[in-house]
Amino acid sequence: MSLDTVAIAQSTPENKQPFAELGLKPDEYARIKEILGRRPTSSELAMYSVMWSEHCSYKSSKVHLKQFGDKAPISDALLVGIGENAGVVDVGQGYAVTFKIESHNHPSFVEPYQGAATGIGGIVRDILTMGARPIAVMDPLRFGPANAPDTRRVLPGIVAGIGGYGNCLGLPNIGGEIVFDETYAGNPLVNALCVGVMKHSDIKLAKAAGAGNLVVLFGAKTGGDGIGGVSVLASETFGAGGSTKRPSVQVGDPFVEKILIECSLEIFAEDLVVGIQDLGGAGLSCATSELASGGSGGMKVALDKVPLRDPSLSPEEILMSESQERMCAIVEPQKLQRFLEICKKWDVTVTAIGEVTDGERLEITWNGEVIVDVPPRTVAHEGPVYNRPLAQPAYIDEVNKQKITLPILNSASDIKAAVLKLAGAPNLADKSWVTSQYDKYVQGNTIQSQPDDSGMVRIDESTHLGVAISTDANANWSYLNPYQGAKLALAEAARNIATAGARPLAVTNCLNFGSPEDPGVMWQFAETVRGLADGCLEMGLPVTGGNVSFYNQTGPVAILPTPVIGVLGVIQDVRTRTPMSFNVAGLDLYLLGDTYEDFAGSEWAFLNGERVGQTPTADLAREIRLIELLLEGHADGLFKAAHDLSQGGLSAGLTEMVLRYFVGATITLGNVGIELLSESPGRVVVAVNAGTSQALSQLATKYSITLSKLGTTGGDSLIINDCIIPLSELRTAHTSTFPTLFG
Amino acid sequence: MAIIVVDVMLKPEILDPQGNAVASALPRLGFTFANSVRQGKRFEIEIDGEPTPAQLAEVEKAAEVLLSNPVIETYVVRVEK
Repeated sequence: MSLDTVAIAQSTPENKQPFAELGLKPDEYARIKEILGRRPTSSELAMYSVMWSEHCSYKSSKVHLKQFGDKAPISDALLVGIGENAGVVDVGQGYAVTFKIESHNHPSFVEPYQGAATGIGGIVRDILTMGARPIAVMDPLRFGPANAPDTRRVLPGIVAGIGGYGNCLGLPNIGGEIVFDETYAGNPLVNALCVGVMKHSDIKLAKAAGAGNLVVLFGAKTGGDGIGGVSVLASETFGAGGSTKRPSVQVGDPFVEKILIECSLEIFAEDLVVGIQDLGGAGLSCATSELASGGSGGMKVALDKVPLRDPSLSPEEILMSESQERMCAIVEPQKLQRFLEICKKWDVTVTAIGEVTDGERLEITWNGEVIVDVPPRTVAHEGPVYNRPLAQPAYIDEVNKQKITLPILNSASDIKAAVLKLAGAPNLADKSWVTSQYDKYVQGNTIQSQPDDSGMVRIDESTHLGVAISTDANANWSYLNPYQGAKLALAEAARNIATAGARPLAVTNCLNFGSPEDPGVMWQFAETVRGLADGCLEMGLPVTGGNVSFYNQTGPVAILPTPVIGVLGVIQDVRTRTPMSFNVAGLDLYLLGDTYEDFAGSEWAFLNGERVGQTPTADLAREIRLIELLLEGHADGLFKAAHDLSQGGLSAGLTEMVLRYFVGATITLGNVGIELLSESPGRVVVAVNAGTSQALSQLATKYSITLSKLGTTGGDSLIINDCIIPLSELRTAHTSTFPTLFG
Repeated sequence: MAIIVVDVMLKPEILDPQGNAVASALPRLGFTFANSVRQGKRFEIEIDGEPTPAQLAEVEKAAEVLLSNPVIETYVVRVEK
């Protein structure tokens, strides 16, 4: 293929270009021609096509995501907001924490191990580029039915990929979710969260300021990995003949990433960079255009200087390559020498490929010939914005007006059967088969991980300051009512932080949806964003950033709307955290919160094949009071244990508590069918010393939270009214599901 | 008795971290001959008698389904006497 330069583009305006094959619409192509005043060169076309893809440009979601800014609550905690690689939150004592979730759904379906592994690699570099040391990861996952053949291919590969990459990096995996539903068959969701910590003064931003500063590429060499992966993989639906569409897969090398982390942190510590960006989706196209638009706008890059793994790559391919473990830094010329020395020490390939200019153009040359000459903002930030049509799908009214009919629990054997069924249901069963493949304790700072309500890590070994993170989504609720579903997921994630005694501070999100070109899906998305923005405003929690993943569908079937909400909180002394369960007999068990007939979207309904009815309405004012109650009780040392109730209701909650330390409980319930299986939000089971019930009751009155006695701890059975379930039998039901399904 | 050998290699365009590690270890040990190294795997499958075309087709299928990951790897089936 001959080189297509700007000069040639000017002289051959009539040349036909494959814009449609690259995913661009005719009007988008026309707009590129209008911006440039000529046809784009093939390199420019490659850049625009990948940067204007849904994945990179957020063209369908932008108009809605604005609400996170417009409705942002006033918060002192937010140091860096939306728009950077990741938001940064002040957690006190001079520490700042950055966290973010991203999706790697489509690549993980094509090649589960490498897709999931590079998902971890990408989010870790996002956190690193903020100047933070990554300290933990989490993985919310969604799969097709647990017993489907393809799930047996996809799940083990994804889990091994997460473990393989994360463990090699020495990052503890402190939680996540695993949920099965048939809508994820053929489109699993692999979301990855990373959290990093730094001092306030160490925050780094993605900008290229200062003419004459050098553009330095460091890390792995560039190969043909995932060329067009972003635009083709993330923006097209899997259809028939999928195999022919498979571009080459990105392969991760965690040891190179580990070295890159240490090398970058040393470079940061010596203050050698002005701005920095990782190379993820869209590779150099993204890094150069975003760095340039973050600064004054001008940049010159000699693309032929990029170190290549495969020398036959064309300039277009180099611009689009998604080779992993690469970073791009802006370095002042007098600091380059030291920068190179540090890279040499770590054996990291490094090359100055260009410089910042005082113009407003991003100019890329290939052996001296200009192949790209564009205003970088038009590539990175001023892409197309769509106000896509949205319409409430017909199913909403249909499912909302239906009443759920569920089996009624009449006898002790009914209760036992229901508890055991829920304990062994794939969505609620013990996940050790998965989480034992991850290193949870590496670095020695993990305080909580699966199966606790939240993950918690210590960030200061002398003061014991720590952070807690939880990710939650209830797609069944979001399906029935996306507005309420988003609020309820937010409340649940915040509650999961507070049960341990950590104060919720900030929110991140990964919004997984079907095709935005479907007005029904777009409505689900718009309602979700509206619900989350309203919820965050009401709860005083700023959204620090997030990720949107569209086109999660197989043929005409979209996944359930799945907004994964991550909440981060801070705890002053991790040694005081409230555990999720009790390890002694003789404690009193209480329920905080009200239980109604909330079966719509519940696990009990799901197991009985029902996905109809009306979701509970989120009462965030009450959620805030409940959180304050939990925090005050924690500060007073009142709670011996606290556990959030969500999927599977009280039945699942009690199962998890009694099996945690193998100490039973005796519970008395009135309307057992409702109290045991309902999933009313805003409920927490707490264990207190028998003599301190008075203090708990005062606290409940102070915060107007309903308090009811459930029973006491002790024994080797879970006893609910006249139903006795030996713990050994309960444990077998809870722990055998995954080994049976996945070997 | 014959041995059917299946050689599995990463496709040439796919990054090979193990091969790279070997390539960078060689000069450290004084071996300076290598421009690059790619690492693969080799399966030796023992069968009774000479393989029939049908058996070889079966092995091809197994190589596609189990022994290799066709998304990122290629394989070659051959018979060793």
